[in-house]
Amino acid sequence: MTNAATTTADTPLISARGISKQFAAIEVLRDVDLDLGRGEIHALLGENGAGKSTFAKILAGVHRPSRGSLALNGTPVEVTSPIVAQKLGITLIHQEPISFPDLSVAENLVLGRTGGSPLGRVPWARITRDANQLMNLLGIRIDVTRPMRGLSIADQQMVEIARALASDSRLIIMDEPTAPLTPNEVETLFGIARRLRDEGRTIVFITHRLEEVRALCDRVTIFRDGSKIATEEIGKLSDADIIRLMIGRPLKEYMHKTRAAIGEVALKVEGLTLPGVFSDISFEVRKGEIVGLGGLVGAGRTDVARALFGVAPATSGTVTINGKAEVITEPSQAIALGLAFVPEDRAVAGIFRTLSVEENITAAVPGQIAPGGMIKRALERTLAQDSVRKLRIRLASLRQPIGELSGGNQQKAILARWLLTDPSVLILDEPTRGIDIGVKAEFYDMIGELAAAGRAILLISSELPELLALCDRVLVMSEGRLTANLSRAEATQESVMRAAVPQTRETIAA
Amino acid sequence: MSAIETQPAVQDAAPARPRWQVLLVRPETMTFVLLVLGIFAGGLLSPFFLDINYILKSFTLYAEFAIVALVLTMVIIGGEIDLSPAANMALSACIFAWLQQAGVPIPVAVLIGLASGLVMGTINGLMVIGLQLPSIIVTIGTLTLYRGLAQIIAGDKSIRVPEWFIGVDRIMVAGIPLPVVIFIALAIGLGVVLGGTIFGRQIYQIGTNEVAARHAGIRSARIKFGLFLLVGIVASIAGIMTASRLGSVRYDLGLGGELQMVLMAMLGGTYIFGGRGTILGTFLAAWLLVIVSTGMIVANVLPAVQLVVLGSLLIVSIIATNFIYSRTQR
Repeated sequence: MTNAATTTADTPLISARGISKQFAAIEVLRDVDLDLGRGEIHALLGENGAGKSTFAKILAGVHRPSRGSLALNGTPVEVTSPIVAQKLGITLIHQEPISFPDLSVAENLVLGRTGGSPLGRVPWARITRDANQLMNLLGIRIDVTRPMRGLSIADQQMVEIARALASDSRLIIMDEPTAPLTPNEVETLFGIARRLRDEGRTIVFITHRLEEVRALCDRVTIFRDGSKIATEEIGKLSDADIIRLMIGRPLKEYMHKTRAAIGEVALKVEGLTLPGVFSDISFEVRKGEIVGLGGLVGAGRTDVARALFGVAPATSGTVTINGKAEVITEPSQAIALGLAFVPEDRAVAGIFRTLSVEENITAAVPGQIAPGGMIKRALERTLAQDSVRKLRIRLASLRQPIGELSGGNQQKAILARWLLTDPSVLILDEPTRGIDIGVKAEFYDMIGELAAAGRAILLISSELPELLALCDRVLVMSEGRLTANLSRAEATQESVMRAAVPQTRETIAA
Repeated sequence: MSAIETQPAVQDAAPARPRWQVLLVRPETMTFVLLVLGIFAGGLLSPFFLDINYILKSFTLYAEFAIVALVLTMVIIGGEIDLSPAANMALSACIFAWLQQAGVPIPVAVLIGLASGLVMGTINGLMVIGLQLPSIIVTIGTLTLYRGLAQIIAGDKSIRVPEWFIGVDRIMVAGIPLPVVIFIALAIGLGVVLGGTIFGRQIYQIGTNEVAARHAGIRSARIKFGLFLLVGIVASIAGIMTASRLGSVRYDLGLGGELQMVLMAMLGGTYIFGGRGTILGTFLAAWLLVIVSTGMIVANVLPAVQLVVLGSLLIVSIIATNFIYSRTQR
C-alpha cells in the first residue's frame, strides 16, 4: 500500500516516451515525450498537421504508435483499441460527438456497459436512474429518456462527458470541443472541465483558440511538424511566444518564385456568402498573380473554392471573371468560363481510380478528343502524351489505371487535366498535400511557371512556408470570414497565423 | 531542377501488365469462356442442340429482355440500377392493347404505348436524380406501381391483338428472326456509343466516381436522366414486341423479367457498383443464358434444377468478376 501511495504522489497519470507514428511512409509524429499529471487541464496546441490530434488518438487507442511506449500510473500499458482505452479510464470526446441518434440519452450513456448476460433482460429502471444521477452530478438538465437526435451539439458533448464519467475515466481528451459551441455553452463546458480537474481527473484539451487556453488550461504543450516543441505552464508564455513556437521553422530554400508581370483583374469576388459556411468574402486575383488563401482547417477556404467553381454555389455575392459578371451553378459552366479547380481531396473529387491515366487526363476536354462526337484515340493519345512529358508524370503506360501511380503523379495528372482546358483562373486547393518533398518542389516550379504565363492563381494551402514563398498576396480566412489581405511584404508567419487563429469578435473589431 | 533527379524511388510507377493479363481481366472473358463451355456441353447432351435455327428460335423467347438488358447495362455502369423495366413492358403493352381494343388505330396506340414508356422512365429519373433517392428503392417502388397500373387497365383477362399484328418473331431477316436482328443491331449501336463516344465514356466516369465527374464538368444528372429515359422507351418497345410475339397481353407480361435482365448484365461482367462492364459482355451473356436454359430443356433437366443451375451460374460469375476486379483495384 505504501508503494501505491508513493506512486500516486510522484508519478504522472500518463507518461508517453518516444511516441512516433507513421502513416504509409510519412512520419506524422516523432519521438514525443509527454507527462500528464493528475488534476491538470493540459492544452495541446499546434498548426494543422502538427501531430496533436494524432497524439491524442494514440492515447485513446484509435491509432497505435509505430514506436514508443505509454505508462499509466507508472505501469506500462498497451492501448490497442478504444475499448481498451475505455477500460484503462481514457476517453476521447470528439468534436462532432459520435452517438446513436435514435437511442435515448440514457442508452447512449451506458452503451456497451449494460451488464448482465446477452439474453438477460435490460435493466431499464436502473439505467434511467443511473443516467439521471450522472446528469445531476454534472449539473446538466437533459431528459435522459429522450432520443439523442435533436439534442444540440453542446448537449451531445455533455452526454459524451457524462459517458466518460460513467466509466469513471481518469483521462478525458477533448478534441476541439468548443468549435461548434456558443459562448454560453463554452462557459458551461469550462465549468464542468474545472470541476472534473478538481476531482483529480486529467483533461487534455485540443484547440486553436489561445484565449481558451488561457482561460482554462494549466499547462500547454506545443507541437510542430510532428514533434513536441515545448511543454510549459501557461502563465510563463505570452501569446507571441506561443505563436512563435507553433510556427517557428525555417523557410525551405527550394522555394523561389519567378516574378511574373501582374496584369488586369481576372477574378473578382464581392460579398460572396453561403450562410453558416462563409460570409462576405471579397477579393480579386490578377493575371500573373498568385494569391494565397491561408487559414486553419475548417475556416471555410475549400467552401469558397467550391462555391466559385459551382460545386456548392454561394447564395449571394457576385463573381466577375475577366470583366464579366457571372453566376456559376455548375462546374461545367465554370470550366467554360476559364476556371479550373484542383480539389483538395484527390481520391474523392479528383481521380477516376480504376480508369486509365489518359482517360483521367482528358476528362475535362471532351471537345478536344472527340471533335465529331466519336473519340479519336490518336488525338487523345497525343494530348495525354504531351501532358505526361510536360509535367514529367512517371508512369508505365498511359493505359494503366491511375490508381497505380504514386500520389504525386496522380496529382500531376489532375493538374494536367486542368491545363488542357487552358484556364485563365486556376484554383489549387492544397495541391502538395501528401506529396513527397521532391515532387513538391516540381509543383512549386510549375505553379510559378503558370503564373508567369499570365494565369491567375488562387492557392489554398495550410503550409505557411508554401504560402509565403509562392504568393504575391496572402488572404487569410478564419471561421468563415476573410480576416486579412496581406501584401508580400506584410505576410509573415506571425501575421498570417494571427489572422488565422480565431479571436473573439471584439478582438477582431478592435 | 536538381530536385527532380533526386526523386525517391517510391515515385516510380509499377510496370505495365502483360497483354495476356489485360485480356484476362476483361469483364467479358469469363462470359465468353462459359458460353463456349455451354455450347460444348449442350452439344454433348443432345444432337438437336447444335442446330443454329433452333438456338435462334429459342433466343426469340428471351430477345425482349435481352434488348432491355443492353440499356440496363449502361445504367448499371453509370452507378444506378433500374428494376422497373419488366413492369414497364407490361404497362406499355397493356396501354397499347387496351387502346387498340377501344378502337384507336394501331399506329397511334403503339405511339401512345411508347410515350407511356418514356413517362415511366421520366418518373424514375425525377425521383432518382431530382429527389436524390437511391435508384434501387425507387425502381422497386415503381416496379410494383407500374405492374399494379397494368393490372388495373387490363384486369385479369388477356387482351388480344389483331391477327396481322401477331408474330414479330416469325419475320425473318436473312434467315434470322427480327427480334434477334433488333437485339444484334442495338448491341452494335450501343456498343459503339458506350465504347467510342464521349457520352459513353462519361457514363463510365460517373459510375467510377460521380463526385470527381462533376468536378471535371461532366453533367452527371443530365446523363443519368437520359439513361433512365432510354430504359423507359426501350422497355416499352420490348413490351409491344412481346405483345406481338404472344398475340395477347395480360398484366403479368414479362413477370420477373427484371431479374433476367440483371442476370444478363451481371453474367456479362458488369460491376454492380458501377464503372465497369461492356455491351459485348451483356451480349454474350444473353446468348449464354439462352444456351444454358434451352440446353437444359433439351436435356430434360427438371425446372427446379434449372433454377439451381442459373442461380449458381450467376453467383459464380459475380465471384469471378469481383475477384478479378479486386485484383486489379490494387
